[in-house]
Amino acid sequence: MSQCILEVNTISKRFGGVKALDRVSIKLNEGEVLALAGDNGAGKSTLIKIISGVYTSDEGEISFNGRKILNNNPNYSRNLGIETIYQDLALADNLDVPSNIFLGREPIKKSLKFLHRLDRNFMYEQSVDVLESLKIEIPKSSLTQPVASLSGGQRQAIAISRAIYWNAKILIMDEPTAALGVPEQRKVLELIDTLKKSSIGIIFISHNLNDIFSASDSICVLRQGKKVCEKMISQTNKDEIVSYMVRGEA
Amino acid sequence: MVIFFETWARIEYSSTFLFNKFNLQSILIFASAPLILGLGQTLVIISGGIDLSVGFVMGFGAVILASIIKFILPEYPFYAFILGIILTIIICSIPGLINGILITSLNVPPFIGTLGMYGIARGLAYIFADGMTVPVNNDYLFYVGTGKIYGIPIVVLIAAIFVVIFHFTLSQTKFGQNTYAIGGNKDAAIRAGINYKRHTIFIYIISASCACLAGFIYTSRFSAGAAQAGETMLLDSIAAVFIGGASFYGGSGKILGTLVGALVIAVIQFGLVFVDMDPFWQYLAVGMVIIIAVLIDQSKSHLSSRAS
Repeated sequence: MSQCILEVNTISKRFGGVKALDRVSIKLNEGEVLALAGDNGAGKSTLIKIISGVYTSDEGEISFNGRKILNNNPNYSRNLGIETIYQDLALADNLDVPSNIFLGREPIKKSLKFLHRLDRNFMYEQSVDVLESLKIEIPKSSLTQPVASLSGGQRQAIAISRAIYWNAKILIMDEPTAALGVPEQRKVLELIDTLKKSSIGIIFISHNLNDIFSASDSICVLRQGKKVCEKMISQTNKDEIVSYMVRGEA
Repeated sequence: MVIFFETWARIEYSSTFLFNKFNLQSILIFASAPLILGLGQTLVIISGGIDLSVGFVMGFGAVILASIIKFILPEYPFYAFILGIILTIIICSIPGLINGILITSLNVPPFIGTLGMYGIARGLAYIFADGMTVPVNNDYLFYVGTGKIYGIPIVVLIAAIFVVIFHFTLSQTKFGQNTYAIGGNKDAAIRAGINYKRHTIFIYIISASCACLAGFIYTSRFSAGAAQAGETMLLDSIAAVFIGGASFYGGSGKILGTLVGALVIAVIQFGLVFVDMDPFWQYLAVGMVIIIAVLIDQSKSHLSSRAS
């Protein structure tokens, strides 16, 4: 039995008079893909922002690997291994692939004892390695081009490899397939599958039920800040999920 | 450009334009102050900002330096010289610090924040100088301004050393890399843990310090500090950065590009004087080069975005 790495317990969050989340609990195991579904304004984004430390919850608690965590700042969660990939991917378009994977954490080598230079060779080699290990195909000649010249799927893949390179245990993805063409969507779903096998827990938000049913193990449906359904994918079907999203019941 | 002036010189005066030690030296000396302004400006522009205050911070620096050397310790020229340099650098980094804080912490757009500082530095420079130039007589300053080492003017050597330092910093260090990252995607840089505020404030301080250095070079060359020392150099320095291929939107640009840009401008200005054209043609020529450079840049990025 795989181990539970993330447990969110009766989390609530208010924004003024609006209750964005009302005692929501979810559980995520190693190597599990959990899909978060729900209409706009259902509280999906608020929930992942609380998990990644952008917001603090009003009540409830979060445990990571069985330990309670004080989740109040994004850097803290990232150091634990909770990485979030937002829709804008947070890539610097003017820089090449290795520079983006090492963005903000560039390795330094000393030459002549006082010159602290970027270790570009190391960055390049490590990038090739992590891309290979995730079976991401980007031509070597494109690696040193600004990432603006890459396709949407490749950019998504780079954002994911950055998270993996820095030891993500939990990967939160906000609509990873939304802006992609069909073949690219397939590639990203395959990538999610590869990640799953290396026992990384994945939470992904999607509006696309086809993606959810082809990639995830379980699904959690939110409606007006409340959890209305939590099921294994194998025990449900699209019609049932749609009816939960729209009416809050089967 | 060089070929153009060379041909012209040969036909008109049957003499060489470029391969003339005197001309070459004059061009380099002429280019050094705007080039140094351009070095700091390159960092600012790559990080997605612009620094309009450098022209008058330079004038302010020139006036401060001249006044300090003139009035403090006039009987010890060497100490006056050293003290002048140190105090001027410290005083001149303050406008940079304020620019940086305005832009990062108070969210003032760089164009407006530094435009305000342009006015403030201009006013202060004229107030300090009492509206006049401040003549100064110091042997060390005079030596820096007119002396040569192995036949190379010291002013040019100073500019060359800073070009090397800036080029290394920008292309080889983490500091340079983070500058590009901030210019490319500020939010991504912040989320990646880059200290955007500290970094940006530091860049504006560097830019102001470059202005101060340019003021030092001006004062040493002319043995006088003047508030309007950098008035015409501001736009030349910005032009040099854009001729060198930097993007107005930040994230791209190179020190070597700025070097070429500054030399192109100097060659145009000097060349037109050399072939005895009305000096007003300089402005027109430099203006055209800026537009042409940006057009070339645009068409290049257009091509590369279509290729993908």
